Amino acid sequence: MTKSELILRLAALNPHLYQRDVERIVSTIFDEITAALAEGHRVELRGFGAFSVKRRDARIGRNPRTGTAVEVAEKYVPFFKTGKQLRDRLNGGVDTPEDDDDDDV
Amino acid sequence: MTEETVTRAQLSEAVYQEVGLSRNESAQLVETVLKEVADALADGEMVKISSFGSFSVRKKGERIGRNPKTGEEVPIMPRQVLVFRPSHVLKNRINEGMQALETRETGE
Repeated sequence: MTKSELILRLAALNPHLYQRDVERIVSTIFDEITAALAEGHRVELRGFGAFSVKRRDARIGRNPRTGTAVEVAEKYVPFFKTGKQLRDRLNGGVDTPEDDDDDDV
Repeated sequence: MTEETVTRAQLSEAVYQEVGLSRNESAQLVETVLKEVADALADGEMVKISSFGSFSVRKKGERIGRNPKTGEEVPIMPRQVLVFRPSHVLKNRINEGMQALETRETGE
């Protein structure tokens, strides 16, 4: 499913809304998540999952083809952790244990 | 990283501000969007949101794990996991934002 297919499904479920508004609704949601992450905030959507930002320290990497050492600058990466409800759904509704001791979302 | 956490409430508020539907309907639409994405994934479908990222389901085979506390070996059943791959646009936005934040903090 692509973003435009998601918009079409949502429009079909809400025939009273203009397609233009449905597009704005979907964009606003993902833009809002993006903006929060860009501020270093965490986005927690219970049952679905949580987005967070992790810092990766600067390191010396290697060009795998030539073996030359290259400096890789410090960077931030987005991280998604699946919520318990969705994780269980992906496994046929069976209660699935977690990989770590993090709080469940 | 700052402690602030964004939840459905803030997403609904943003939809309310941006689109001008009622607060109640805005909240319902946020819920529907999450449900549609979750339904597609539960059906094994990949979900690709341009300039945000893609969610896909990966099958994992059975393996032997270990209880980190007791060291006891336990079989980990085959299962399906969700993988999120952020788009370059999202990664760039985050790095630009975090660098701006660092500059602001050190500049004070």
